[in-house]
Amino acid sequence: MKVGAIRETGEGEARVAVTPSSAAHLQKLGHEVAVESGAGERAGFSDADYRAAGVDIPPDAASLTAEADVVVKVRAPSEAEVGLLREGQTLISFIAPASSPALMEALRAQGVTTIAMDMVPRISRAQKMDALSSMANIAGYRAVIEAAANFGRFFTGQVTAAGKVPPARVLVVGAGVAGLAAIGTATSLGAQVYAFDVRPEVAEQIESMGAEFVYLDFADSQDGAETGGYAKPSSPEFLAKQLEKFRELAPQMDIVITTALIPNRPAPKLWTEDMVRAMKPGSVVVDLAAERGGNCDLTVPDQKIVTENGVTIVGYTDFPSRMGAQASELYANNIRHFLHDLTPNKDGVIHHDMEDDVIRGATVTHAGAVTWPPPPPKVQAIAAAKPKPKVPDLTPEERRANEVAAFRAQTRSQYTLLTVGAVLMLLIGLFAPASFLQHFIVFVLACFVGFQVIWNVSHSLHTPLMAVTNAISSIIIVGALLQIGSGSWLVVLLAALSVLMAGINIFGGFLVTRRMLAMFQKS
Amino acid sequence: MILSLLTPLSQASGTLVVTDAPGLPEGAAVAAPVSVVEALPAYGFTTAAYVVAAVLFILSLGGLSGQESAKRAIWYGIVGMALAVVATLLGPGLGNWWLTLVMLAIGGAIGWVIATRVQMTEMPQLIAAMHSLVGLAAVFVGLNAQLELGNVLRARASGIVDNFHGFAAVLAHKTAAEIAVLKVEVALGVFIGAVTFTGSIVAFGKLAGKMDGKPKKLPGGHWLNLGAAILSLLLLLAYLWGAGIWSLLLIAVIAGFIGWHLIMGIGGADMPVVVSMLNSYSGWAAAMIGFTLSNDLLIVTGALVGSSGAILSYIMCRAMNRSFISVILGGFGGEAGPAMEIEGEQVAIDAEGVAAALNEADSVIIVPGYGMAVAQAQQSVSELTRKLRAAGKEVRFAIHPVAGRLPGHMNVLLAEAKVPYDIVMEMDEINEDFPSTDVAIVIGSNDIVNPAAQEDPNSPIAGMPVLEVWKAKHVFVSKRGQGTGYSGIENPLFYKENTRMFYGDAKKSVDALLPLLD
Repeated sequence: MKVGAIRETGEGEARVAVTPSSAAHLQKLGHEVAVESGAGERAGFSDADYRAAGVDIPPDAASLTAEADVVVKVRAPSEAEVGLLREGQTLISFIAPASSPALMEALRAQGVTTIAMDMVPRISRAQKMDALSSMANIAGYRAVIEAAANFGRFFTGQVTAAGKVPPARVLVVGAGVAGLAAIGTATSLGAQVYAFDVRPEVAEQIESMGAEFVYLDFADSQDGAETGGYAKPSSPEFLAKQLEKFRELAPQMDIVITTALIPNRPAPKLWTEDMVRAMKPGSVVVDLAAERGGNCDLTVPDQKIVTENGVTIVGYTDFPSRMGAQASELYANNIRHFLHDLTPNKDGVIHHDMEDDVIRGATVTHAGAVTWPPPPPKVQAIAAAKPKPKVPDLTPEERRANEVAAFRAQTRSQYTLLTVGAVLMLLIGLFAPASFLQHFIVFVLACFVGFQVIWNVSHSLHTPLMAVTNAISSIIIVGALLQIGSGSWLVVLLAALSVLMAGINIFGGFLVTRRMLAMFQKS
Repeated sequence: MILSLLTPLSQASGTLVVTDAPGLPEGAAVAAPVSVVEALPAYGFTTAAYVVAAVLFILSLGGLSGQESAKRAIWYGIVGMALAVVATLLGPGLGNWWLTLVMLAIGGAIGWVIATRVQMTEMPQLIAAMHSLVGLAAVFVGLNAQLELGNVLRARASGIVDNFHGFAAVLAHKTAAEIAVLKVEVALGVFIGAVTFTGSIVAFGKLAGKMDGKPKKLPGGHWLNLGAAILSLLLLLAYLWGAGIWSLLLIAVIAGFIGWHLIMGIGGADMPVVVSMLNSYSGWAAAMIGFTLSNDLLIVTGALVGSSGAILSYIMCRAMNRSFISVILGGFGGEAGPAMEIEGEQVAIDAEGVAAALNEADSVIIVPGYGMAVAQAQQSVSELTRKLRAAGKEVRFAIHPVAGRLPGHMNVLLAEAKVPYDIVMEMDEINEDFPSTDVAIVIGSNDIVNPAAQEDPNSPIAGMPVLEVWKAKHVFVSKRGQGTGYSGIENPLFYKENTRMFYGDAKKSVDALLPLLD
């Protein structure tokens, strides 16, 4: 089948759905690949690059859609583009089905099978196709870069000959994929990063990225996680507490990056006007939720504004597109992974399996019907981790007391064992003949020596140890040798058999041990 | 008595010697009071040789603390054994030289052939088979002791005292109390020997795959074993009371039944414990025979081997967080509660995906298990290691104490495949390095990497120390199919977000990886 990527017509959109490297992977799946002339230009891929990868270059969208069986795109198609599609074709792009029923109706009417990249379910198997995550990652990175570009100071603290520079303090609100990417970027630039999230289980992830988790002291444990790893709306009390905390932090922060989104709702207002006023002049707020109304009261979508008190508020909505090459690379990979699942036999034939959780979840129109919203997936998404119960830290006194108690218990058990052993021994001594006790001393001492020696044996040599103890336990041959000279034929026979078996063991045991030991080589 | 045990252990080997010292000339033995004289190897030379042999055995075990010193130490063991045998042959009262030499030659030839032919993957069954031989030899020697004792007692009754030689000469000088003790020793030696013999044969069958590895019990279970043990105790009393050799034979048969039934009830995954336990028993059997024969060398060596096996069993049990008793009584304990539900799905991956991750990784840890031995994949794994190391990556192996079917089994397999031993780590050495590792590859192991041991208090393996592979950035699990492990416990590792299942035969999977690495 032929997979074709058309040029994005959206204003300022620099991404493209197929790159030369993803084209090569698609060809391995048995597909032919076409890219509209000039589609990759703004992402840094020329037509010549595509030709070199064996890609067809049709001159315009109309001729490409006419020959392609699968049309791939980044942004949702315009009316004109929908008009070019025909029945039986497959369209793969972002759709935003919740807010665009008209578009889906138009696609259904055209008889197109539509796969919405923003509807790929959030389960482990589908991570490689999760375009929202890969775009969010880029947005988080770019948000820090935009903030740095608009911030008149260093991110990292420095002690220079001219004086000391404190590190910038960055607050990241919302630790999803974008938030975590922002934390990582900001910490590697040298800033002091604080992060907040309503889902307490992400504290560990935040700390692993090098930021400090902002704890909210809230009696009713803050649990804002819903299945799929997304946040859910907080209670009014919780929200009030949260805003109070932000208000307290606002004057100290140089950079605030907000990434808080709740699925299918307008962005929650978390950074209010009075907080912006409380910030120092020159501070920067980057609002990644601008497209959905913004987390900050003052955000103007698609614009950068400067408030009266000198705080810059960045409300761009096209962060991924601002990094066209990187975003295209990742998006194209998401697309080719999806096509990999659609082409299970790698023979270039699309098998649209509506039983598959991932494919079913992402398909919004199919066979003349709108199939959105999908039924809940059969396997539940990433499980919400339960917060771990905290082990109370012991005070030094308690620890000391514990140690003393443990030592006492040990002493007591040792005394008991010794006493019992001694009594048993004395009892034996009362009845057993002296000759037996002489041998018994030897036995007990040999056990002690054995324990001391064997504890030092390296774990890796336990198999040779067993083989060699096997060989030396054949010392029982000595017993057989003492008996073999007997006058009774039965005794001789049994002793001879014992000698034979012990002989097998001695030779076999030592030889196989030697063979094993010779194999152990140092690098 | 106890206080004398507390003497510093460094002197212990010296102390052993002293008790063996009363080596009196044979002529004096007859004249001396009967109760004192009993050390048979009355030649000073023989006794001295035994001392040297005992020291050499201790040194040969002590040398196993390191790979290089072990190569030297094995010679101490060989020389010690040769010395002991030669000294005994030269000692007093020996006869039938030609028979001894022929038997030794035949046995040696068989041992040599087996030792040179055996595959390293077959080590567990070889060890088990050898234990059974020691067990059977102990039974025979014990029976012989009773036969000789019978002869001596009969002779004594008819007034002939002088013309015994060999072992019988020792018996001839025993007092009644000593003979009672001797009988207990004989019975114990025979009992332990017979348990070792049949138990090892069952272990051999299970390990070699000639018998079903699943635990099986006769109706009555361990009550049957208990009954058999009580019966043999009664027989021991009867034997002490003067019953003939039939009681000893019966004890051997009943002990054989106990050994067979006990090991039948233990599953394949618990074999490391079983084999080291039988190792220990073979040692105790030898020590008991040593008491019977009043031979200190046998006692010392038996005690060394017995404690070695006991320590190995202890290490294995601790590595499974189970008590020795619960392993021996077989099966995993009763469910403590419903197991934690596992959410998520197992995600498969193909060789290309694994190769891509390996090409990008800087540090790799490989966790081998019994599955690697079954698939004979160690050569391929070694080749994989060589290739990755040539590409400048850090590759290490993490070995769980109970990986495989024998303590240290994985180390031997990897050594055979020429994996250098300094990159093969123990669990405690490497467990904290997983979070800083890019790729962990699990080959044919399951329970030893099961996070349920730490996360789910209701899991049957809760509290067992495990290798924390799931902390690595990527985990690849090479596994034949979707089934559960030996213990039948679900493994939440397979459902983790950073885990990918690499289904297929371990050897074929690894071979498929090799050409894809650069």
